Amino acid sequence: MTDLVPVLSATWGSEQSWSLDTYTDAGGYAPLKKALGMEPGDLIQAVKDSGLRGRGGAGFPTGMKWGFLPPDDGGPRYLVVNADESEPGTCKDIPTMMSAPHALIEGVIITSFAIGCNHAFIYLRGEVVHVYRRLLQAVREAYEAGHLGKDIHGSGFDLDVTVHAGAGAYICGEETALLDSLEGRRGQPRLKPPFPAVAGLYARPTVVNNVESVASVPAIVDKGVEWFTAMGTERSKGMGLFSLSGHVTRPGQYEAPLGITLRELLELAGGIREGHELKFWTPGGSSTPIFTQDHLDTPLDYESVGAAGSMLGTRALQLFDDTTCVVRAVTRWTEFYKHESCGKCTPCREGTYWLTQILKRIEAGRGTEADIQQLLDTCDSIAGRSFCALGDGATSSIISSVTLFREEYEAHVEQGGCPFDHAASALFDYTDTPATEEAHA
Amino acid sequence: MTATADKPAAEVVDTVTLTIDGTEVTVPKGTLIIRAAEQVGIEIPRFCDHPALKPAGACRQCLVDVASPAGPEGKLRAFPKPQASCTMTVTEGMVVNTQHTSEEADRAQKGVMELLLINHPLDCPVCDKGGECPLQNQAMSHGRPESRFVDVKRVFEKPLALSSEILLDRERCVLCQRCTRFSKEIAGDAFIDLQNRGAQQQIGTFDEDVLDFDGYRPVGAATVDEAGKAFSSYYSGNTVQICPVGALTSAAYRFRSRPFDLVSSPSIAEHDSSGSAIRIDHRRGKILRRLAENDPVVNEDWISDKDRFAFAWQNLSDRLTRPLVRKDGELVETSWPEALAAAAAGIKAATAADDEGASRGAAVLTGGRVTLEDAYAYQKLARVVLGTNDVDFRARTASDEEQAFLGSQVAGTGLGVTFGELEKAPAVLLVGFEPEDEGGVVFLRLRKSLGRQRVAAVAPFLSRGAEKLGATLVPAAPGREAAVLAELPEDVRDALSQPGAVVVLGERAAEAPGAFVAAQELASSTGARLAWIPRRAGERGAVEAGALPGLLPGGRTATLKGARDVVAKAWGVDALPSAKGRDTAGILKAAAEGAIGALVVGGVSASDLAGDVSAALEATGFVVSLEVRRSEIAEAADVVLPVAPPSEKPGTFVNWEGRLRGFATAIRTDAMPDHRVLDLLAREWGVELGTGTVEAVNAELAALGAADAAHRPAAPKARAARNPRPKKGTAVLATWHQLVDEGALQDGEPYLAGTGRVAVARMSAATAAALGDAVSVEVSTEAGAVELPLVVTDGMVDGVVWVPVKSPGSWVARDLRATAGAVVSVKGAA
Repeated sequence: MTDLVPVLSATWGSEQSWSLDTYTDAGGYAPLKKALGMEPGDLIQAVKDSGLRGRGGAGFPTGMKWGFLPPDDGGPRYLVVNADESEPGTCKDIPTMMSAPHALIEGVIITSFAIGCNHAFIYLRGEVVHVYRRLLQAVREAYEAGHLGKDIHGSGFDLDVTVHAGAGAYICGEETALLDSLEGRRGQPRLKPPFPAVAGLYARPTVVNNVESVASVPAIVDKGVEWFTAMGTERSKGMGLFSLSGHVTRPGQYEAPLGITLRELLELAGGIREGHELKFWTPGGSSTPIFTQDHLDTPLDYESVGAAGSMLGTRALQLFDDTTCVVRAVTRWTEFYKHESCGKCTPCREGTYWLTQILKRIEAGRGTEADIQQLLDTCDSIAGRSFCALGDGATSSIISSVTLFREEYEAHVEQGGCPFDHAASALFDYTDTPATEEAHA
Repeated sequence: MTATADKPAAEVVDTVTLTIDGTEVTVPKGTLIIRAAEQVGIEIPRFCDHPALKPAGACRQCLVDVASPAGPEGKLRAFPKPQASCTMTVTEGMVVNTQHTSEEADRAQKGVMELLLINHPLDCPVCDKGGECPLQNQAMSHGRPESRFVDVKRVFEKPLALSSEILLDRERCVLCQRCTRFSKEIAGDAFIDLQNRGAQQQIGTFDEDVLDFDGYRPVGAATVDEAGKAFSSYYSGNTVQICPVGALTSAAYRFRSRPFDLVSSPSIAEHDSSGSAIRIDHRRGKILRRLAENDPVVNEDWISDKDRFAFAWQNLSDRLTRPLVRKDGELVETSWPEALAAAAAGIKAATAADDEGASRGAAVLTGGRVTLEDAYAYQKLARVVLGTNDVDFRARTASDEEQAFLGSQVAGTGLGVTFGELEKAPAVLLVGFEPEDEGGVVFLRLRKSLGRQRVAAVAPFLSRGAEKLGATLVPAAPGREAAVLAELPEDVRDALSQPGAVVVLGERAAEAPGAFVAAQELASSTGARLAWIPRRAGERGAVEAGALPGLLPGGRTATLKGARDVVAKAWGVDALPSAKGRDTAGILKAAAEGAIGALVVGGVSASDLAGDVSAALEATGFVVSLEVRRSEIAEAADVVLPVAPPSEKPGTFVNWEGRLRGFATAIRTDAMPDHRVLDLLAREWGVELGTGTVEAVNAELAALGAADAAHRPAAPKARAARNPRPKKGTAVLATWHQLVDEGALQDGEPYLAGTGRVAVARMSAATAAALGDAVSVEVSTEAGAVELPLVVTDGMVDGVVWVPVKSPGSWVARDLRATAGAVVSVKGAA
């Protein structure tokens, strides 16, 4: 049995967990002082040695990303924290920033010091105004405490942090679209190369890191590389937040070493909703291919999940029990991708538009057998053809659900409607009125 | 210096060798796969890709399979997904398989094509692009025969008028972003951009409805031009041409024709001195549209909207098709023989000696729009038949200083500064020249170097066009340019001292006394080269042809006997007139005083001249007008001889570079070019002018060649700069033409006119403050007044008022009888 390891979430239960005092009392900002006494190169090496991989989904080694920056040419270089958490199911960065914003800010300071950045940006999803306020407050506190500003704690290191609220677009979680948006442009992905490490924000060398990645840095500095590498699996080191949602008894954040299984997590979370069985689940948010009960013992690390045909992604485990219509769930996700497609490239823009129409037709019982094949064909025209990875993500749940639950799609076609009781799957009072259906349209 | 010595040493180019569909190809490093494929004749379908625009990778139509050597052994490793060939550069040893050799690439392309078509309306039968549509063509070659899309297509209201000329059918749009990239990268007018997202993504102007603000209007207004529109552009027509579908259409051509009914003829645009290559598409003798032709050394892929859309003028109802002779006070149609005889008889009578033996001479005004051959014929007629040096092409402000400059520096000097050299110049100083308003594609060339080129403008204020070039202002009140040039800021002077720097002189340099002299001094002290960029298409050719009072063909001085003898010998005449000729203003003044017996006038708009043209015409004994349309001057003439517009004749424009831009007849009609009409007219005197054909004229010009150094005029001498001090209630007038205005060659094209800028009067804040709370300004002289909305302009020289030369409500020459530098009265109006 794998135990939870509360690191980022260690102080979440404390009174006023978000305040500077609470964070400092729990040992916060001590790692900063330690880091400021180190050589930036040693910090980068430590993060490389720790094996920390990007927690935003792709899992790219964080230290290696920092190492890609070209040598200092005297001009500015930037750290941009990707806090545009928008994927359906993914809900780890928002609670982190809500409950312990100083963990992020301390990580920002140490990371900036390591890479030689004097102005860092936190690009926050615009809809979460409460988190925006909390971050602004935390940054203010950090300035007042001398953690930010000029000559931080006498180190000679200067750092300013700007918290920027996005305008509400999933695409701005894609790092180059985020940079364009941060520059005040329309948020659409940029051509690569040049990569952000070479020409990122304002065409200067830039590191773009996820909230959780950056927030993990102070603990690595504090407790050491060995402590970190002792957790996790061979190539997926350390701990991570596992976000359980859906038909689970105690949904929420479970901070555990990478490699924990869903079976273990479910035990910690009190299991699937009383009286029901797990039907399907996403290991890493809605853009990762879905899993079933067969994958309960798949270690949740990058390699094992990949080998099982999905992606660890953001460790957003959305759990669906036997009352859930997979066609309905996939349709909702696809509507999200259609709504959030930035429109830049043909496959994602047109493909999600088409997929949504086919899925809604099937869900409503107006589909045909050929439509199921058309779904797969259309996915084939999107996956691997789109400008950025978001197009691929839109097809994951469709391809995997047709593969795993083809008979359910066929049932919709044959019965001329959905065989499920929609109210049964809801966790609240629910009636299938045209109005609620309209709300999704 | 020989021609070969001029050539720069061949640059060593790093190359890369790769294999595309089994064919090895070597291309310069950094080449995109799609370009490399073109080199070996492999066409990869594409929409967003355009060679003149930065790669976008948006449409994904050009996906190909790529493998490249990787690892220490250089083993070929295939990319897991098909790659966009329009964004990926080639590498050594790369292996590319296009749709011809890779099933995966072919499948990817077919998939993208199917997706592109799901929301595309099947209105090809009524779409302007049908028949020449890249989407239609590539759907035929790379698409599925039948659509599998049975759902609901996205619809938009159509069309959306981006401007009075450019219409957008958003349903047809494939969102390739060619138009928005052109607007941002090339023209610098971001008047359209992507809006909304996903399947609702669309091109739009700044429009609350499109943006779906739903009551939440932005607090601040969008940047608007003086027309009150959120951005407009002089180059917007290029977006229609590069649109790969029928989404962008022009109001002028929309629903007018099918491409397969059109006959295309290559030609040269007649609207500015760039000599842009164009294609004239016509049907049954009528021009339907004009397009930019790719000419890498001149206009590259682009033309101005004026070059593209202003062609209706020649087929308006006032087009002259038969000669007119005044009989009993009325102009009546007549035959050519009768008209020619009447013209010659009239001129002879009007210039004959009177009873006391005194005679009045003849004079010739050619206008700045005629071809090299026409200008040559006019001046030859003047000198050989009419015996006068009173010939001038400049239907604008002119000066002897300018003539001396043109004779000593421009005429017969061949190719000078080129478009390419202007683009590569490290620094450019603009004197009496607004690239956007007066240079057409010159502006685009300069803008191409934005960020790499230091541009400074000697002007009363920094125009929007100059701002888009990143230019800095060297403030100069009209008339003060010479003094300003003599004391340029040190950094500008330093910039001009770099090798390759260029000082550009526009037609308005002639309005600034001493500017040519000062520019020459600047050039010799800094090493910068001089380029004269006139506004009108025919001006450089007229200089070469000698259609100036003091210049014979090839830059020879008309007042030097040696020079005259060379020309006289070539023309087979005993002698050429030796009397000093008068310029346009001088001719008009003399005419008004009754000193001119006969006038031969080419394409001159009376409203372009500040002098009293009607008084001059009235006092002149006999007037012969050669015109395409019934102009003001034609109406006052005694004989009107119809001539052909450029599309109906062959000829040569010499562009500002000195490049010969020959063109053939696009549309065959009965209309004769000026040079042929003048040749026929000369026969009435028994003179063989030898200008019957383009070939004959060019043979003569070639035989004459350029002047010997000894026969050239001396460099211009300094004239004292004017330094008008405006008193209270007055200001110094600054004025220039807007590219799109009410010039005669833009008549009959309301859609184009709608894209022009609203006429305004500009003043500095301090100058405007003196007018009180004015919202408009009345600018007046003794001759008249114009009243225009006041725009307070940052950084403008105090004591100056700027108004456009010939925009709606502001015809400076006609209404004010004034030119730049004049002191005019200004009065505010609430």
